[in-house]
Order: sequence, then C-alpha cells, then structure tokens
Amino acid sequence: MNPTKLKVDHLTAYYSEKAAITDVSIEFPERAVSAIIGPSGCGKSTLIRCLNRMHETVVRTRVEGQVLLDSEDIYQLDPVRVRRRIGMVFQKPNPFVTMSIYNNVSAALRFNGRPSREETDRQVVRSLQQAALWDEVKERIDAPAVSLSGGQQQRLCIARALAAEPEVLLMDEPCSALDPIATAKIEDLIKQLKTEYTLVIVTHNMQQAARVADYTAFMYLGKLIEFGPTEELFERPKDSLTEAYITGRFG
Amino acid sequence: MRKFDRYARRKLLSRIIAVLTGLCVIAVLYPLVSIVYESFALGGAVLFQAQFLTTQAPNGCSVIACQTVGIGPAVQGTLIVVGLAAGISVPVGVLAAIFASEYRVRGLGRAVSFTADVLTGVPSIIMGAFIYGYFVIYDPQIALSFYTGALALSAIMIPIVVRTTEEALRVVPNSVREAAMALGISKWKATLRIVLVASLPGVATGVLLAVMRAAGEAAPLLFTLGYSTLWFTSLSHPGANLPILIYTFALSEYSNQVKVAWGATLFLLILILVVNVVSRLMIHRMRVRMGGI
Repeated sequence: MNPTKLKVDHLTAYYSEKAAITDVSIEFPERAVSAIIGPSGCGKSTLIRCLNRMHETVVRTRVEGQVLLDSEDIYQLDPVRVRRRIGMVFQKPNPFVTMSIYNNVSAALRFNGRPSREETDRQVVRSLQQAALWDEVKERIDAPAVSLSGGQQQRLCIARALAAEPEVLLMDEPCSALDPIATAKIEDLIKQLKTEYTLVIVTHNMQQAARVADYTAFMYLGKLIEFGPTEELFERPKDSLTEAYITGRFG
Repeated sequence: MRKFDRYARRKLLSRIIAVLTGLCVIAVLYPLVSIVYESFALGGAVLFQAQFLTTQAPNGCSVIACQTVGIGPAVQGTLIVVGLAAGISVPVGVLAAIFASEYRVRGLGRAVSFTADVLTGVPSIIMGAFIYGYFVIYDPQIALSFYTGALALSAIMIPIVVRTTEEALRVVPNSVREAAMALGISKWKATLRIVLVASLPGVATGVLLAVMRAAGEAAPLLFTLGYSTLWFTSLSHPGANLPILIYTFALSEYSNQVKVAWGATLFLLILILVVNVVSRLMIHRMRVRMGGI
C-alpha cells in the first residue's frame, strides 16, 4: 500500500442539524484510485465534497473532524488554496458555456495568476493530452466548449481540473451522465492518471469500482462500513452489510 | 335529438369564447396601434424634415409658414441626463444584485429584492419631488440641474437594473459557480469574470430597459432637470429634455409647437421600439447560448 496522501479523521458533516456522514475515518493512498461506493443517500457525495471544502459552499452546512493533506489539516488552510491542490470533476459535465475549449482549460491558470502566453499554451496542450482529448480537439481549440459531445465535455472538465496542477483529483460520479463508450474512455483515463495523481472517485456502479479502483470504500447510511483493497472487498468482505450490498441483496 | 342539442350548444359556446378573446386582443392592441398610427400621421412629416434633430425649438407661431424644426437641445439634454443616470444606476444596481444573489448573507438578499420591488412601485413624480426637496434645503444652487435630474432618474433605474440583473444571474446554472470554485478561483473573480460574464446579455437587456424607461419619464424631471429650450451649457443648470418638451409643446396654443411635439413623440417611440427589439434579440441569444448545458 502506497503512503497516505489524504487522511480523513473522524469526519462528521451536517446539512442544517442533520448529519449526512458520521464519524468517517479513512486513509486514501498516494498515486492510486480509491472508489467510494454505496446506495443512494449513503453520504458518498457529501464525503467527497468535504475533501476539497466544497461541502461548506452550500448554506447552513457544517463539518467536524479533520481532513489531512500530507498531514496538514485542510480546514486550517485557505479554502481557495486547498481547491487548487485538490481538483474536482462533477457528475454532470460543467464546462464554462461562454468560453472556448482553450479558455476552459486555461481558466485556472488565467484567473489564478498571470502566466505567459507560451506557458499557457504548453499547459493547455499537456492537460488536453493527459485527458486524452487533444487529438479530437487540436483542430478546433477555439471552438465553443458546448460544441463538444457529453463525453468530450467531461474529458474537457478533467483537462480543466488537471491544468490547475492539483495533487489530488476528486471525481463525483463522473460517468453517470455518459453512454457506455464515453464511460469506457473515462475509465481508461482514470487508470492512466493514477501514475501521477491521487484519485478518489464516487460511483454508484459497483462494476465500475471493480474495474478502475485499487481500493474501495463501502458506505451505508452515512457511515463507513469497510475500506480496503478492491479485490479483498469484493471477494472476501469482512462485514456482512458489505457482502449483502455487493451480492445485490439490497441497494 | 338531445345529442345534437348538446353538440350545437358546445359549438356556440366555443364560438362565443373565441369572439370574446378576439375582442380582448383588439382591446390590448388598439392603444399601441393607434399611438403608432397617430404619431406617424401627425409627426412623420415633422420628424423627417432636415434639421429637426439639430436645431433649437421654435418660438410659438400660428401662421402656416412658421417653422416646425428643433428638438436638438431636448435630444441632447435627454442623452446627457440619461447617460449620467445610467452611470450612477448601472454600477450601483449591478453590484447590489450581485450582493443579493451571490453573497447569501442571511435575509439581506431578500431585503434587497423587496426594496427594489417597492421602489419600482413608488410613483416617479415622488422621486423628483423628494430629490428637489432635499437639494432645495441643502444645496439650492443645483436643485434644478442635470445633477438632480440624473439622481431622480437613477432612483427609477436602480430597481429595474437590480431586478433584471438578479434574474439574469439566476439563469446561470449553479454548476458554473461550483466549477469555478473547485478550480480554486476566488469568489469575487468567479462572480465578476465568469458568472457575471455568462449573464451579461441579460444584464445588458435590463440596462436598456431601464434606460428606455428613464428616457421617457417626464414626471421626475419636472422638479429636477426643469425646462429649457436651449443647448446644454453646464451640468449645474436646468436643461432641455424630450418628455418635458412633449408635455409643454403638446399643450401649447401655437400650432407649430404642437407639431414639434408630435415629431418628438414619434422620435421617442421609434427609439424605444428599436431598443426593445434589440433587447429581445439579446435575450434570445442568451437563451440559445445557455441552452447548451
């Protein structure tokens, strides 16, 4: 097991007074894919949104506990800086509709600093290559982002997140709005990205977790039930709830 | 037999409803059509003569040959006072709307919207009287001037700008804000350079609507900008403007001034029509662009 990159320590997250996740502790290893699975409403999206402080952007939410990035508590840091180090891809592709492909990918660079044109160009090309989108868009880099298909838009969002040079990339059900072919492309991409990044991916699709993840966490009713190497969790679950879920007895 | 009766009754009823709704449509269209028709009929010849827009208003005269040119100063004054008012109301209104809709301070957002709604309902003459009253006490030198005129008009424009900007910001999907935030873009940059830019066509539409409303207002200017037929000299003097020129000349005893009033009416009408069409096209363009997500 690789060393821990992101450590969740006794984390409880609230919407108003209701706790969506309770006392979750988990250690996500560096340069590996960790999946979070569980039935709808189990708190997996809430958990992942706590990892880059997006949870608190919703009104009347609250977090207790710690999330340590390289042993630094992100809740003691500036949230804007945290999000530059921990990128995120959302459920539905959400490119900036008013911007071109180029401007979408370079958004973080342009808004967060004053890089030179050559530097920006290089970073845009690199990020699009990493997101396996470069070959499809290199001829029309200045076309509007919305002219791309859904699957391409999602890879554009991945490129946009990568261009900010994060250390960790969070993905909240990144394929749920995509067709099987586009999904397969994103899954291949996830496997490639783990050589450079620490990935945490939420999915409601157990097969997807089994295909892409090195480690899998199973959540139920806001609690972490089990976390371990994917193979072990699927073949020799320690908890009877996990077993019931992965064998399809509920959820 | 009974069956046929019912059928006939139903047909009759549906015909009556059709006629009634048709009459209502006519009632709605009649004022607009007749205003446009009358203005063209009575103002057309006046408006489209040379120098109508570039010379000063005529003295009163009732002979056939007397001149009917001259709304230049009124057009100029209207442009200046509305421009000044836009300069005040656009930044204030847009920033207030951003604060209300993007920075969700508990209750304050709703307070801003509510205030804007109430202000929209305040009779515009009260805005003028209020500002005149204030300046007559504290700075009577400029109580009748472009300054107070612009303030009175911006009091009318601000609520319109606030409400339309709020509406335009609401059209921007929340996922755009989340995307920006997740990239580590600071809140104010995300708001001004991504969310506001995405809503710009809507904001521009609101600004144009407010400008048109202000350009046609006579009541708030009665006590503030005052009345003049002369070219602009100073912001601290009273000035000419279209609505009050129409108001004054329409009631004039001299036939040439009444004609000028009709010409000015047609000019305002065309201006408002053009801006309306342009703003509608902009809304359409925005919808198309936003439909992409």
